[in-house]
Amino acid sequence: MVLVTGRRASGRRRGRNERQSVSQLAVGVTTAPLTDSEVEEIRRDFPALQGTVNGEALAYLDSGATAQRPLSVLDAERDFLEHRNAAVHRGAHTLAGLATEAYEDARATVASFVGAQPDEIVWTSNATDSLNLVAYGMVNASRGRGGATARRFALTEGDEIVVTEAEHHANLIPWQELAALTGATLRYIPVDDDGIYQATDAAAVITDKTRVVAIAHVSNVTGFVAPVAEIVALAHQAGAVVVLDACQSAPHRRLDLPALGVDFAAFSGHKMLGPTGIGVLYGRTELLEALPPFRTGGSMISTVTMEGADYLPAPQRFEAGTQPVSQAVAIAEAVRYLEHVGLDRIEAHEEALAERMLAGLATIPGIRVVGPGAGIPRAGLVSFDVAGVHAHDVGQYLDSKGIAVRVGHHCAQPLHRRLGLTATTRASAYLYTTTAEVDRFLEAVGEVRGYFGEV
Amino acid sequence: MSGLDSLYQQVILDHSKQLSGFGELERADAERFERNPTCGDEITLQVALEPGTDRIASFGWQGRGCSISMASASVLSELAPGLTMPELQSRVDAFREMLRSRGVGEPDEEILGDAVAFQGVAKYVMRIKCAMLAWVAAEGCMVQLR
Repeated sequence: MVLVTGRRASGRRRGRNERQSVSQLAVGVTTAPLTDSEVEEIRRDFPALQGTVNGEALAYLDSGATAQRPLSVLDAERDFLEHRNAAVHRGAHTLAGLATEAYEDARATVASFVGAQPDEIVWTSNATDSLNLVAYGMVNASRGRGGATARRFALTEGDEIVVTEAEHHANLIPWQELAALTGATLRYIPVDDDGIYQATDAAAVITDKTRVVAIAHVSNVTGFVAPVAEIVALAHQAGAVVVLDACQSAPHRRLDLPALGVDFAAFSGHKMLGPTGIGVLYGRTELLEALPPFRTGGSMISTVTMEGADYLPAPQRFEAGTQPVSQAVAIAEAVRYLEHVGLDRIEAHEEALAERMLAGLATIPGIRVVGPGAGIPRAGLVSFDVAGVHAHDVGQYLDSKGIAVRVGHHCAQPLHRRLGLTATTRASAYLYTTTAEVDRFLEAVGEVRGYFGEV
Repeated sequence: MSGLDSLYQQVILDHSKQLSGFGELERADAERFERNPTCGDEITLQVALEPGTDRIASFGWQGRGCSISMASASVLSELAPGLTMPELQSRVDAFREMLRSRGVGEPDEEILGDAVAFQGVAKYVMRIKCAMLAWVAAEGCMVQLR
């Protein structure tokens, strides 16, 4: 498959990318899952999927950790570096202008991807960085930085921050730090034995004392889809801001962040076919304008004296120092790729694969799947425990068959503790995952307990 | 032997099913907790010395983890009793060297005994920490006893 060029903001020269002609795929007009032949066509764009591991064809079921990248994304970054590379927002030469234009075009592309305005998008180095930017901005507001407008973010003793028991450490530790540095209290929405929760559980924890509610849109362990609309309503009624960890949703489903009503959202480039080293923070304009910066330095200031400085408006205020420019160009290309295939179709494809995994795992003795049961929405990932066999050993067995999965606590120790497990094995699907790969995975999982002498 | 079977040698699978030294000692001279932060595997290892000597009387450990980390603790528990602390340190050094060898060279079975079964781990860089977990805990105990 190849990329639509018509969506590009301008008819900029494509250099060596010309071979990415026009795809044969029906552009995202349906919500049907991708067909086998469409997936095969997509896979041809991903060099990393063509390899073998341990003498077996690679079955990459670890896109929840990091996704593989299509040629168009690799080429876009290289094309930028070959023809337009320069520092952005400084310098007056031609390349500096081209680079700045590419950088800002990329921002507009990513903004439109999540229904936002360009100035509501801040480039960061990854989602963890995005979440820290918000948490430490609030620390600074709590210390009086940012003046009167920042007071809405100032926390003190008696204030509460609410997360869930299922959060990735990236959406937990920054809030623990915010609490520790301001005297606020961190509370959490508990999860049930499956690792999920209901809006009513949130209602018991979100009160008038709540100032921040930070939740994952889709759990990276259970695939549970949070009741975001209900939580936003509860939080806003309490006067709290909602911070959404969209790492496992933005790459896989259509997002309209303003329509969802969240105040901030974070996601990473490398989980959505883009590069490492770039992440996104979405913030409502009014809030970004009020939040004090967390990193300071060059390119985020207007006037500087030896005594102090005035800061630029958002988003530049949050982008101190040299920025990941070629990565921004590449993440925008990743967005174009995803939009060309169609987020609705990607979501439907992954949902079908998750159902196939769940149905297959249900027939294997000794498997305990964590997360939503039948009939409850789940994203395209499945984590499970194999009775008597540690997840590392499960993963090692699958790896010997060429199947790459994630093993461990997936940066969610409290959730695993709640589930009574130290580690699980996680298979996660993406647009390039085939039903044949899922079937190979299921066959191998079925052999694991025998190999380790458990049956 | 297939790649996977060279990692999971029968000695390792047997030890992971029948753990030697698992449990708490009645009397311990040193105790050390170690955790592998990437996978959450953990072990608490205890050492008791023969009174008035630096000779190891018994080893006891508790913990949970993968078959490699559990079998490694089990093998160490059989190897250590009767050794002086410098003798045990030389085993730890030899074990570490074997795991870092990337599979090059022959480990010394004379001093490592059953622990040579972990030679295959050297080719799996992600699993070296699993195999080392109990041995690092033993080193920690010896530091306390010095």
